[in-house]
Amino acid sequence: MEKNVREEENEPGQIVNPWEVSGKDGGKIDYDKLIDKFGCQRLDQTLIRRVERLTSRPPHVFLRRGVFFAHRDFNEILDAYERGEKFYLYTGRGPSSEALHLGHLVPFMFTKYLQDAFKVPLVIQLTDDEKCMWKNLSVEESQRLARENAKDIIACGFDITKTFIFSDFDYVGGAFYKNMVRVAKCVTFNKVVGIFGFTAEDHIGKISFPPVQAVPSFPSSFPHLFSGKDDLRCLIPCAIDQDPYFRMTRDVAPRIGYQKPSLIESSFFPALQGETGKMSASDPNSAIYVTDSAKDIKNKINKYAFSGGQDSIENHRKYGANLEVDIPIKYLGFFLEDDDELEHIRKEYATGRMLTGEVKKRLIEVLTELVERHRRARAAVTDEMVDAFMAVRPLPGMFD
Amino acid sequence: MGYSKEQLLQRLQELQIDFAHYDHPVVLTVEAQAKYVGHLGGGLSKNLFLKDKKHRFYIVSALAGTTVDLKVLSQRLGLGKGGLRMAPEESLQEILQVPLGCVTPFALINDSARHVSLLLDQGFKAQEFCFFHPLSNDVTISVNSRDLDKFLISIGKEPSYVDLEANPPVGKDQPPDLAALVLAGTIVLPDLSEKAGSVQHPTENTVPVANNLAAVTGKAAKKSNPTSVTKDKQQAAADPLNANGNVRKFVEEIIDKTSALLLAEITKDSIQQHGDQLGTVISDSIRKRLSLDVESLAMMFKNTVYTQGYIAGSQTGFVRK
Repeated sequence: MEKNVREEENEPGQIVNPWEVSGKDGGKIDYDKLIDKFGCQRLDQTLIRRVERLTSRPPHVFLRRGVFFAHRDFNEILDAYERGEKFYLYTGRGPSSEALHLGHLVPFMFTKYLQDAFKVPLVIQLTDDEKCMWKNLSVEESQRLARENAKDIIACGFDITKTFIFSDFDYVGGAFYKNMVRVAKCVTFNKVVGIFGFTAEDHIGKISFPPVQAVPSFPSSFPHLFSGKDDLRCLIPCAIDQDPYFRMTRDVAPRIGYQKPSLIESSFFPALQGETGKMSASDPNSAIYVTDSAKDIKNKINKYAFSGGQDSIENHRKYGANLEVDIPIKYLGFFLEDDDELEHIRKEYATGRMLTGEVKKRLIEVLTELVERHRRARAAVTDEMVDAFMAVRPLPGMFD
Repeated sequence: MGYSKEQLLQRLQELQIDFAHYDHPVVLTVEAQAKYVGHLGGGLSKNLFLKDKKHRFYIVSALAGTTVDLKVLSQRLGLGKGGLRMAPEESLQEILQVPLGCVTPFALINDSARHVSLLLDQGFKAQEFCFFHPLSNDVTISVNSRDLDKFLISIGKEPSYVDLEANPPVGKDQPPDLAALVLAGTIVLPDLSEKAGSVQHPTENTVPVANNLAAVTGKAAKKSNPTSVTKDKQQAAADPLNANGNVRKFVEEIIDKTSALLLAEITKDSIQQHGDQLGTVISDSIRKRLSLDVESLAMMFKNTVYTQGYIAGSQTGFVRK
């Protein structure tokens, strides 16, 4: 059923875990092999059509374009939903830097859509403790980053009457901690070594961290929200590199009498310089940041976005563009809502009738609009609003 | 965590800024500083850290000999008479992160000072070099005004040189000439005392509102009223909770966006092209292009008023039986 994957058995060269993502020989990630190795399933058209039917609205652009492409037991969530049973959403962020780029926003944009479409509550975990340990930040700095990141997350448009944001340093304890211990008792040292690649040189903080990310999948971790609803299912939208945590969680859940959480997983957001490039917080030109001005966006796309076009106009008109490696086309795939327009651009560009400059121009428009909207929303987020989102309070209208 | 003088000096070196470095005992006044560097020619600076009634902060950096009249400056900045006063000592530490007697344009390197406006004496430009404290009162550095500009630009600040002694009339027909130097980006809640350190605003790249709206609605050719819109934005930035929870503003913004789109789409060409179908076409266009923006606004509105309720509730200690 669930494959337990040792990191060494991954496609030789391809490494995908919560702390490292790289393709074979520095190349592209092979998602088919990944799904196969991890043992999750492809999100196919039938499921997408089912989502459309159940929610009475067009499926999110990330579903239509295959950005969210894999899942575990998503169909069970839909079955239950059809029977009138609700579920809740759980996602999170490791606050390792102040600057968020568009790739960081992707899971949150999708989660907001899920919250609106299914009308369900959401818990968002800020793993400040994890970053404190892995990035060697001070406790205070990681807490500060968590709050700063919370503001950008809130700016994605989450509904405060249905959303609980918490940071590990603030919230771990009580019922949450009890579940952590229940989970921890079921996972041997050998197991976490196998799943996460820990070694005897790693400090005990790291080794005991996985339960922290596991237990928000269980409703009893949030007594102020879900008391009496122990059977409430959980759906976790995340990037596929987080899968190991939840493979572990799904393995443990039945042993402690809990439902297995379902997952819906996304592929990785490409760096501006191309699929094989690394998006890095230290290279501002590898990504578009939510704080970039319209001028920055224009400059970055024009100068750094890797083009699949030919090197001369004559060649381009003759051979067309290579859509496989073209970054502007990929980015439009993420953010251009209109399917017809995207199809048109792809066709024209691939046959060489449209030039790289025109594609980039359209992308710049789309991204500028997105970033402006985000900035406007971000400006409205105050410290008090963060406090309110993070307050341990009931959410009476959470399924409305 | 504020920058140290060593970090600042290193940054100046990285920027290839020429400066001369003078150590001396700690000085708290310009007169005391003059004892050690006054004989070197160039311009000694006096630096004032000021605050207005809306908790916005300013550094006025002038040649020691320039007369600075706070009443006049206050009017020129559009703050009315008596709108400017010396900032309290705590804000020196909190915002500029420098000790007493050490106000300096270089303090703007600190992130905590990102909303502080800087006024520079145009007299600096005429000097070969000018003296400033590099974040510490036991050192003075001398730099040329062009190099000071280089530094300021490197931290994202636009150098603004002003004739500080000028006293232009300010009235109905003569708007305050320095009003543009008042930054819209500061946020402090009225009931918070001097904890201006908790200001939150994402970036120095705040785009003025008129541009914002145009960018957001795509190709909308909006004929907005810039002054009133900017003033609203200033108010909104100064107190986002109250501004974003305001029903009137919320409704107006939505109607503004919609009518801008409408005006942009009804052209001679589009009337010719669609005839009496134009209504349907535009209606679809509005739905398609504005949904995301209006939804975003509405969600902000909802979250804002909930937060206001939450604050009110937590202050009353209301316990329901």
